[in-house]
Amino acid sequence: MEMLNEFLKTRGIYALVMILFFLGVYGMVLSKNYMKKLMAMNVMQVAVIFFYLCFAQKDGGMIPIQNGLTTNPDAYINPLPHGLMLTAIVVSLGTTGVAIALLMRIKEIFGSLEEVEILRRASK
Amino acid sequence: MNFVQHAPVFIVLLPLTASLLCLLFSRISRNLGSYIVIAAIFGAFLSAATVLKQVLASGGQAIHYWMGGWEPPIGIEFVLDPLNSVLAVLVTFIALMVSIYSRPFVKREDWLHLGGYYTLFGLLCVGLCGMIITGDVFNLYVYLEIMSLSGYGLIALGGRKSMLAAFRYLLIGTIGASLYLLGVGYLYAMTGTLNMADLAKLVAAHLDSPLFAMAVACFIIGFGIKMALFPLHGWQPDAYTFSHPGAAAFIAGCMSKAPAYAMVRFLYYIFHVDNLVVHSALNVIGLLGIAGILIGSIMALAQFDFRRMLAYSSVAQIGYIAIGLAMGNLYGFIGAVLHMINHAFMKSALFLVIGGIQYRFGEVNLYRLGGMHKKIPISTVTLTLAALSMIGLPPTCGFFSKWYLMLGAYTGAQYFYIAVLVISSLLNAIYFFRIIEQVFVQREASLTEIQPPSTKLGLPIEMAVPIVVMGLAILVLGFCNGDIVTDVLKVGLPEVFLR
Repeated sequence: MEMLNEFLKTRGIYALVMILFFLGVYGMVLSKNYMKKLMAMNVMQVAVIFFYLCFAQKDGGMIPIQNGLTTNPDAYINPLPHGLMLTAIVVSLGTTGVAIALLMRIKEIFGSLEEVEILRRASK
Repeated sequence: MNFVQHAPVFIVLLPLTASLLCLLFSRISRNLGSYIVIAAIFGAFLSAATVLKQVLASGGQAIHYWMGGWEPPIGIEFVLDPLNSVLAVLVTFIALMVSIYSRPFVKREDWLHLGGYYTLFGLLCVGLCGMIITGDVFNLYVYLEIMSLSGYGLIALGGRKSMLAAFRYLLIGTIGASLYLLGVGYLYAMTGTLNMADLAKLVAAHLDSPLFAMAVACFIIGFGIKMALFPLHGWQPDAYTFSHPGAAAFIAGCMSKAPAYAMVRFLYYIFHVDNLVVHSALNVIGLLGIAGILIGSIMALAQFDFRRMLAYSSVAQIGYIAIGLAMGNLYGFIGAVLHMINHAFMKSALFLVIGGIQYRFGEVNLYRLGGMHKKIPISTVTLTLAALSMIGLPPTCGFFSKWYLMLGAYTGAQYFYIAVLVISSLLNAIYFFRIIEQVFVQREASLTEIQPPSTKLGLPIEMAVPIVVMGLAILVLGFCNGDIVTDVLKVGLPEVFLR
């Protein structure tokens, strides 16, 4: 029990993030509908963003602004991972946009987003 | 402001600006946008050549270009050493050739398609060049995504089935990019830096930490997906086969090289190879490479579609690069990098030729290429040269990279690699001689001309010139390989080999 508590306290959040990541991969591999595959892909990307935010967070840290009270870096939260994740969010938005555009064309051409149906019509 | 001092940033800046303005100019006048992108890629090629000349003149000293004057490790920098400046020249050169070549494919489209095609093409060039010259690991991720997103677009332009290929590649490619990002996260959590040079220093203290092993594993899988290393190559045959016929040469030639280069950069220059984790990672890469060479070659034998055959042969050729890296010695490393350069030229040349055949006859079945030497005489010369180079006959360039790979296997006493290389050369010979036989010996196939030729060359002049240039480049690379190795690659060796 002690160990479990210790684990949850220090690494529990990372375990959850990993579960979320592989849940996304699992969904991408196993779901039969292309839209669901895309949603699973987004879940996976969100897991990576969570991962960055988790290791950037610090107990008792304050926002990184100069307030004249302290210049000790331990008192601040490192803003860089958050900055990086803003970029990653933009990238994931771009990927989702391209994917949805492709899905619209696929739906137009094959008339369906179900994998089985699409493969049947594509092989004709 | 002088040009030479800012040349590193122009490699990326010129195509980026041009491709973003391309649609606007296409709206004004239909062809203007494409001319601007081609000119910008030419400018990028000149800048890359200037930088390469500068680097070599200073005896291999890396050029650091600080963005906005912010000093690393806080700012983002471009670092150009002999290894990546030669790759930047390669990418921009092939981009220039293919961008000229692909104009006839899109010439008759309306402004939106013409401009859109060149926008995506320019952005793909930006992504590849940026990945190669950047000195910052997160910046590499951004360029990787620029490359991938424009790549998805170009693949999807190919027609009906290409949508499926592009969507599948998008899903798999995003897994690769996310794993790379996760690996960067581990490294950042360990060292607190994103600059490559800084990282190489700081990571030395963490080499036995489990986080480091996790980061290396993430990188291998992430880049493995992007470069189509054997069990992760599922997206690649469809993507190469159904991509836009004009851009296929660029996609097939260069898109797998930039991630392969990134893998070289990480394993050899940042992590150094002399530690346990990277050592075992190299063993894994070597095994995957061997499997890829054998299975890729056998699958290539079974194909009817010329492009699909080339795609499977790419899986095998990426295997060559992988085993070259896995040897972990000087000759293996040189062989791998030289093969990256050579394979980019060979594969682009082959795709240019099949694109030309597809343009004029709408035919891609390799059993229907009979009598092609009368119809497109000059292109078949390039086809033959590239095919011989793939098999590895001197004096074409393919021979020399295989020679270095075998030397590497011999020095490292890893003789099974030699056996694999020989078997694969035989398989290559089978499937490429089959094509040479079709083209030169077989009865003329009855093909319908979609685009009757206007010149004696059999193809429009914009297409014929790049095909000839690529054919010549294969020979030139073969004859100059000694100079490339001694003057360029040996100057930019990673630290591990210098100790």
